[in-house]
Amino acid sequence: MLSQNDTPIYDALCRLRETGLVHFDVPGHKGGRGNKPLKEFLGGECLKNDVNSMKPLDNLCHPVSVIHDSEELAAQAFGAHSAFFMVNGTTAAVQAMILSACKAGDKIIMPRNVHRSAINALVLCGAVPVYINPGVNQRLGIPLGMAVKDVEEAVKAHPDAKAILVNNPTYYGICSNLPYLAKLAHDHGMLLLADEAHGTHFYFGENMPAAAIHAGADMAAVSMHKTGGSLTQSSFLLCGSGVSAGHVRQIINLTQTTSGSYLLMCSLDLARRNLSLNGKEMCRKTVEFAAYAREEINGMGGYYAFGDEIVNGDTVYAFDPTKLSVHTRDIGLAGIEVYDLMREEYDIQLEFGDIGNFLAIITAGDRALEIERLISALSEIKRLHSRDKAGMLAQEYISPDVVTTPQAAFYSGKTALPIGESAGHVCGEFVMCYPPGIPILAPGERITEEILTYIAYAKEKGCVLTGAEDMAIEHINVVAE
Amino acid sequence: MDLWFTEKYGAGAQFSIKVERQLASKKSYYQRIDILETKEFGRILTLDGCLMLTEKDEFIYHEMMVHVPMAAHPEAKKVLVIGAGDGGTIRELTRYSTVEEIEMVEIDQLVVEVCKEYLPQTACKLGDPRVKIFFEDGLKYVRTKKDTYDLILVDSTDPSGPGEGLFTREFYGNCYSALREGGVLVNQHESPYYKNDALAMKRAHRQIKAVFPYCAVYQAHIPTYPSGHWLFGFASKGRHPLEDLDGERWENLGLKTRYYNIDLHRGCFALPNYVKEMLDGNTK
Repeated sequence: MLSQNDTPIYDALCRLRETGLVHFDVPGHKGGRGNKPLKEFLGGECLKNDVNSMKPLDNLCHPVSVIHDSEELAAQAFGAHSAFFMVNGTTAAVQAMILSACKAGDKIIMPRNVHRSAINALVLCGAVPVYINPGVNQRLGIPLGMAVKDVEEAVKAHPDAKAILVNNPTYYGICSNLPYLAKLAHDHGMLLLADEAHGTHFYFGENMPAAAIHAGADMAAVSMHKTGGSLTQSSFLLCGSGVSAGHVRQIINLTQTTSGSYLLMCSLDLARRNLSLNGKEMCRKTVEFAAYAREEINGMGGYYAFGDEIVNGDTVYAFDPTKLSVHTRDIGLAGIEVYDLMREEYDIQLEFGDIGNFLAIITAGDRALEIERLISALSEIKRLHSRDKAGMLAQEYISPDVVTTPQAAFYSGKTALPIGESAGHVCGEFVMCYPPGIPILAPGERITEEILTYIAYAKEKGCVLTGAEDMAIEHINVVAE
Repeated sequence: MDLWFTEKYGAGAQFSIKVERQLASKKSYYQRIDILETKEFGRILTLDGCLMLTEKDEFIYHEMMVHVPMAAHPEAKKVLVIGAGDGGTIRELTRYSTVEEIEMVEIDQLVVEVCKEYLPQTACKLGDPRVKIFFEDGLKYVRTKKDTYDLILVDSTDPSGPGEGLFTREFYGNCYSALREGGVLVNQHESPYYKNDALAMKRAHRQIKAVFPYCAVYQAHIPTYPSGHWLFGFASKGRHPLEDLDGERWENLGLKTRYYNIDLHRGCFALPNYVKEMLDGNTK
């Protein structure tokens, strides 16, 4: 009987190393001997553990032994019915959720402020989004969660929809009323899917917003690598009892690699054990750091590090206390400007900055020392760079005018137009700031003057715009008329 | 018994001192603290295996940290000292009757306790009534102070330990705000010789230069520090360490020093060419 102390994949890798196995299989670097500079950089231990599937190590596409056991332990740890190791990012997990729930022509209800991975899934499978405009906090300019009333209306208007997708939480730390949405979805024969890229810790901490699976969601994409401590690109897809695990596995295998990285899988295994055993304490420490930083930053004036005072029972049903989201417009700086100054002048890398806010990710891996640096650098930026805020854009979110489905627009005949002349046309591709990766324009949406102003402003302030075929985003592909 | 303390200076060089016996070995939240008895250097203090001071040559470091800025800024009355848990910097400062208040901010209380017990040579003046000791992170402490000090002395460990935050631009910027007009910041500035020390030296200088309108670097010869060649930073809102020096006034104080003197003050800002190039950012 396995327990949360066990780490089947890690143990299998250790056993394998002890046998002194000679490798006439891939990877061709053969424990690093075939690529000495890489070995020197990453370390010999790392490369020796970079091995391929074999019987003693199981196979990610068809797990029957150690990966199977590790997935079971993960499901148990998260309180899910089943769990899948994902090695192609939470992007793959989000897509697998949507592809499992919808096929071409099926409807899915979702807030428009989803990550691009969700809309990408619609391009891939041809499902039709029923977008809900999220609530907006006027002072901060940020998109919130979906209002319950809006979801109820959408469910009534589209009773044939197959699923509702929610962000839990959003990048800024905002959560929706999941228990209610789960009931609403199930009462109407729909699945509730949760993009929990930023919510791993909800499953382990005390006094956290509800974790999606615990609240009754049918599937959740959980970025272990974001706040859970595993290696970048590793993630879990969790399922409740209402979905067929076998079907989900088939969907995952449509696009996931057949050479799953054991470095990534082993990191998931060890991170899961660590969270199971120490997650409560890790979250406590994280919340304490974040609360301290929030208090110090708010005490400085000018910045607004928002917290649970923005909870309103609906579009902000709960707030993730580990998130340090800070509003910067009152010192006359865009979030992205603070984000850039922090790196360029203070050697501090933030998670993202948009036009009015930045986000600092805090975890148990931080030390008081780093938190003090963050706070001190912010006080310096305020002292040296604050200015009048006149003329600054306030809103991060513009409600889209959806003309056609993402798939139809993406695969339609397209013309490239200079972006300044594109207003009124239907966009054929994505445009977003990355990070955070929430599309400003998705395929099938009408380009408006307001959106173009936003794009020009974001560009001017230093946001990295991505998604379009033209890397410089001077031209934009519009649907040919 | 052949017992030696060894500090690695780089991948291919190390420095060893024969140890008679170990007097104390403690582990604080921040670091491991050892006091060793040696014949060659008297008692020595090491933090995480790095030598911080020896009884034999600590006077060089502490005199140079204190008397250079005090001679250039004889009116200094309120002084902030960051780090300095061994007390040597405080000892030198308390020799000035004109200094009215000394705030010492040391992150690790255990260092102070160990030094009080085993290193009275340096810790002897920590009980001076003008000295207030705060056990806090220096970066946090200074952030809340505005226009408060005439002199800030940063007597820190290397940036690889708990002193990391004291080598950052945000720290120097906060010090700038905490200094009064005419105030001076002096900091332990690492060394140009071994690779990691040199990186820290260049980085510290680059960050201080970005914050203070005037900054200079001066040197001393400290036998038990890596390479023996050690640097200090002198940064101010305009005060110049040589042009504003009143040598006669300092000499009239009649302080007896073993390393520092006014001639040496004038000379210690003259740096070797390779060091100047590194500080100017002209080397890799």
